[in-house]
Amino acid sequence: MGVLIQLGLFVVMLTLGFVVGRVRESRHLSELEVRETRMRHVAALPVPHAAWVRDAQASELVSGSVVVSIDYYKRFVAGLRGLVGGRIAGFESVLDRGRREAVLRMQEQALQRGFHVVVNVRVDSARLASTMSNGKGTSGVEVLAYGTALRLPAHARPSA
Amino acid sequence: MYLTNTETIPGKEITACYGLVTGNTVRAKHIGRDIAAGLKNIVGGELTGYTELLNESRQDAVERMKAEAAGLGANAVVNVRFATSSVAQGAAELFAYGTAVRVE
Repeated sequence: MGVLIQLGLFVVMLTLGFVVGRVRESRHLSELEVRETRMRHVAALPVPHAAWVRDAQASELVSGSVVVSIDYYKRFVAGLRGLVGGRIAGFESVLDRGRREAVLRMQEQALQRGFHVVVNVRVDSARLASTMSNGKGTSGVEVLAYGTALRLPAHARPSA
Repeated sequence: MYLTNTETIPGKEITACYGLVTGNTVRAKHIGRDIAAGLKNIVGGELTGYTELLNESRQDAVERMKAEAAGLGANAVVNVRFATSSVAQGAAELFAYGTAVRVE
């Protein structure tokens, strides 16, 4: 009986993870595209663009971060993948979404504070340890994007 | 206090350098947030409670770094870097460091 309940719970979580996880992922992806289009003019560069830094009227450190977790179904598939090796597409897409989200939040913060571009952008990720000693419990990955936002005179701004 | 992660502060000139300043915090999440996050772990996506918690903690680390810089007589920190690491079950360290300078 106990085994049946456990199996039932497993199937429910797997289905829930698969269905809800997919819906949430596709919703997030289309939302990311809309926001990325809107933020395109707030250039975010990984280098300290010399001309912009020289012309800047003001600067400030800006950042964006997000903690993402993978759904139950993808975690299960990743476990199987661990047996045979190879790419784990489920993790790739979650991390990709996390990075895009973090960069967007950084750009949105820059825009909101009246800046035009972000230079010297760094993107870091850190795995957060699971909350229970047996390796179960919740776990997630934090993605942090940060850089120096610059306010540029009208003539120096990149065209949208 | 000016903060940037570039080597200079645009429009300012560095007149003195005080060396490395750092700030850290180690924070544990609380159980309520963890239950919500546990449910999210089934369907995936953002763990909003954790995002907020880590952001608040990072802000604390930055404040400590600024306080150290101010204590040295600096009015800016350049080349700021961040690092996050999990140090124990359910706890993470947020670390910020940079170079304290005086700009005019």
